[in-house]
Amino acid sequence: MNIERLVAMVNDIGRYFAAEPDEALGVAGIADHLKRFWEPGMRKQIVAHLAAGGEGLEPLAKKGVGRLAEIDGKLHA
Amino acid sequence: MLSIVDIDRGTPAVKSDKQVTLEIDGRSIRVPEGTSVMRAASQAGINIPKLCATDMLDAFGSCRLCLVEIEGRKGYPASCTTPVTEGMKVSTQTSKLADIRRGVMELYISDHPLDCLTCPANGHCELQDMAGVVGLREVRYGYDGENHVFAKTKEGDVNPHFAPKDESNPYFTFDPSKCIVCSRCVRACDEVQGTFALTIQGRGFESKVSASQDNAFLDSECVSCGACVQACPTATLSENTLIERGQAEHSIVTTCAYCGVGCSFRAEMKGEEIVRMVPNKDGHANHGHSCVKGRFAIGYATHPDRINTPMIRQKISDPWRIVSWDEAIAHVAGEFKRLQAKYGKFSIGGITSSRCTNEETYLVQKLVRAGFGNNNVDTCARVCHSPTGYGLKSTMGESAGTQDFDSIEYTDVVLVIGANPTDAHPVFGSQMKQRLRAGAKLIVIDPRRIDLVRTPHIKADYHLKLRPGTNVAMLNALAHVIVTEGLVDEDFVAARCEQLAFEKWRAFVAQENHSPEAMEAETGVPAAMIRGAARLYATGGNAAIYYGLGVTEHSQGSTAVMGIANLAMATGNIGREGVGVNPLRGQNNVQGSCDMGSFPHEFTGYRHVGDPVVRASFEAAWGVHLHDEPGLRIPNMFEAAIDGSFKGLYIEGEDIAQSDPNTQHVTAALEAMECVVVQDLFLNETAKFAHVFLPGCSFLEKDGTFINAERRISRVRKVMEPKNGYADWEVTQWLANAMGYPMNYQHPSEIMDEIARLTPTFHAVSFEKIDRLGSIQWPCNEEHPEGTPVMHVGEFVRGKGRFMLTEYVPTSEKVNATYPLILTTGRILSQYNVGAQTRRTANVMWHDEDRLEIHPHDAEERGISEDDWVGIESRAGQTVLRARISERMQPGVVYTTFHFPGSGANVITTENSDWATNCPEYKVTAVQVTRVNQPSEWQKRYQAFTQTQQALLDAAETS
Repeated sequence: MNIERLVAMVNDIGRYFAAEPDEALGVAGIADHLKRFWEPGMRKQIVAHLAAGGEGLEPLAKKGVGRLAEIDGKLHA
Repeated sequence: MLSIVDIDRGTPAVKSDKQVTLEIDGRSIRVPEGTSVMRAASQAGINIPKLCATDMLDAFGSCRLCLVEIEGRKGYPASCTTPVTEGMKVSTQTSKLADIRRGVMELYISDHPLDCLTCPANGHCELQDMAGVVGLREVRYGYDGENHVFAKTKEGDVNPHFAPKDESNPYFTFDPSKCIVCSRCVRACDEVQGTFALTIQGRGFESKVSASQDNAFLDSECVSCGACVQACPTATLSENTLIERGQAEHSIVTTCAYCGVGCSFRAEMKGEEIVRMVPNKDGHANHGHSCVKGRFAIGYATHPDRINTPMIRQKISDPWRIVSWDEAIAHVAGEFKRLQAKYGKFSIGGITSSRCTNEETYLVQKLVRAGFGNNNVDTCARVCHSPTGYGLKSTMGESAGTQDFDSIEYTDVVLVIGANPTDAHPVFGSQMKQRLRAGAKLIVIDPRRIDLVRTPHIKADYHLKLRPGTNVAMLNALAHVIVTEGLVDEDFVAARCEQLAFEKWRAFVAQENHSPEAMEAETGVPAAMIRGAARLYATGGNAAIYYGLGVTEHSQGSTAVMGIANLAMATGNIGREGVGVNPLRGQNNVQGSCDMGSFPHEFTGYRHVGDPVVRASFEAAWGVHLHDEPGLRIPNMFEAAIDGSFKGLYIEGEDIAQSDPNTQHVTAALEAMECVVVQDLFLNETAKFAHVFLPGCSFLEKDGTFINAERRISRVRKVMEPKNGYADWEVTQWLANAMGYPMNYQHPSEIMDEIARLTPTFHAVSFEKIDRLGSIQWPCNEEHPEGTPVMHVGEFVRGKGRFMLTEYVPTSEKVNATYPLILTTGRILSQYNVGAQTRRTANVMWHDEDRLEIHPHDAEERGISEDDWVGIESRAGQTVLRARISERMQPGVVYTTFHFPGSGANVITTENSDWATNCPEYKVTAVQVTRVNQPSEWQKRYQAFTQTQQALLDAAETS
């Protein structure tokens, strides 16, 4: 899928969770949201994009995707 | 004319805890205090003659036919206006009363045509009935004197009292010569509809019914709801279909397939032909009212454009080939299996629709999950109310509105945000207007001056005319006032909500950057007005929020829904009658299609596919292994199609090529797929890109259920056989079997039984129970065997209510020098969504093209006058519409409806979407508007493509 679109979508999610004063909760929120609502192929693609440098991802979104990579990695391992 | 089966008790039912006993004609009867003598008599089985009284309207007391004698009282009081009293003794039939009534009827008939045998009302005329009841045998006055009956006097001169028929309205005829001036039409327009379009003009013998300032009905303020036609006791106002076809012989109760109000109708039938649709007085959502769409705009079901045979083609540039059902189903199954073999299990999916019944939607998602073996199923709620599901589930624990419509009877403050009930949910709009006229306060939050802001006898206390895209800023500002001015219902919050989440939220909204003053620059609304509105909402008594797509269809749609829930929880406006959070659903079965598990991440009843216990229950019932990960949402499907991984799509009842944003992106996705299957009534915009067309059937041709905005499950009943041969659920079942997944339902009730078994909120639902109770609001289960009108009573569905943080994040769709205006979109009363149905009815007489509404200031700057062609350009595309100059708009904001495909409203809208659900941001698009003199390039291409596709349809051949 168009990676710019996926990046924009994760950034949108990140901006919602930015209001959370406890950043760890915000990061977990982003990862959980992606896990619950994104089709696995899209998750794989955004995780791969992060691994390749994560161009365009905002800092909190980046952390969220990183956290998602851990969750998905654990499950798929 | 009333329904052929309704019993009219003359005056409305009265609610009272106190019962009164009286005696009528020697019979003892007990009724609630405040009931009229007329109604009490009717309940005792005694029919008092009447003409101006009907139980949809308040008593009027003008016809003098319902007079009675009451022991100990002088004279002959009218039974409609006389309330019962304890121990009252009433006589309804005495020789004196008979004389008076006969005299009254004699006067009426002396000025009424005697063409009963050829009159449309013949057989159900109340005047005719009363003439019979009173035993009228002669009219001593003759017919030669002054009258309203004949065009010419006896001498051959023009009769100044005579008025010819008004046939301007496409659906009903007004024949003043038959009018008895009972005022029922005028009162129906006032009391039921609330438009005040009709009046009695003149005095005495000059009195006549007049639409607006003696206009033709079509040119008047009349909204063609038909309440007057229903109320008329004679043939003065008659449906044209009744005039053409004659009286119905049977009547079947069913549910309207237009908006989310879900009105109950009696389809009055002659064999398989509909004579007329009459709103059902016993209907729990509409109480006998309807709008121009539901009552009149049903002609699409028999429109010649309907396609009733399956068709297939290899490429979309090929002519269609008419095939048998067997061949069509085998072809689809073959293609889907081929695609899965070649591109993988996840390369196909399905889209269901709010226009489908619950049973159909359930089967489509079952076909996808169990038959296709993936979760690539979505529904059109994706593009309208998916944020409602997300936002209300997160905060209160259930993805649905909290009240029933009747709850508004107990509301003191109505807050309408991003909704336009008088256009989009007209029957509930009328109920809301009744409550507002009775004194409830009104806050409207909308960029446009919707009708509700100023309408007869109603004026909004606050109209917060905010800039599109600033809902969350507005909701936070309202919350800021409530929190910082000590207006929180502390007891409610302490008892009912999560303390930690509340404290966090309180600290968050209390920050100065959320104050109305700080937000003024964003919202464009004076801070003092926001403060006033917040105080009114928090302290004005029972406050209820009603919202629509103006809340959800934004990049922060879900955040705004949570903001709304926060406001209601903070002020304790949840869990009883008169309050609550009420999403007004756009389409008839939005709620149901969501409830039925048609979102890619959840099963019925909003339970995640990743939940092993829930999944196991479905695996056991369906006998297959089910995928535990969410599937593709509609916009994701488009992206996947364009990148080549998504190849086949089964679409039932949805027209994504017109309804979804960024049309050119959608059509590119459709063109990239190898097998697009469309099941619909017409060759809609999407079907022009399809490889298989499976004819669908209208709501009149099948059994099932719809769930309206109040969670109300109502029956859809078959009034005629499917024109295509099969009900839609049968087609889906056939396809499942052909795909190798067996389904064997004999009737939709069996599908509902399965839904009930597998869904905790539906455990006690069955067709039998719906038939018995009329309708049921879910949750309906062991705890609530007869349903749940008001949710979250005593406790939230999720236990404690959870306040959510709602940071305002401005949309990335910003105005700049290139695109300096904001386009927002909406619906109009006479048309419905993509217009596939209403465009194929006479409703086009009210709205035959989408216009661009623009403020005079913006128009003048661009040299645009009324009716000019204007180009509207966004970063997604360009289209051309004619201009309508309107002060309803604020400067900087333009508006259009989206009912005609050639308008290309969605050519302009972008793929920006709600962060949580991908619900498109239809309501905010940065555009430039310029005067032009020809259609846009897209429109020219669209026109050519449509002509080609029509030619390919016309060339369809039987193989």
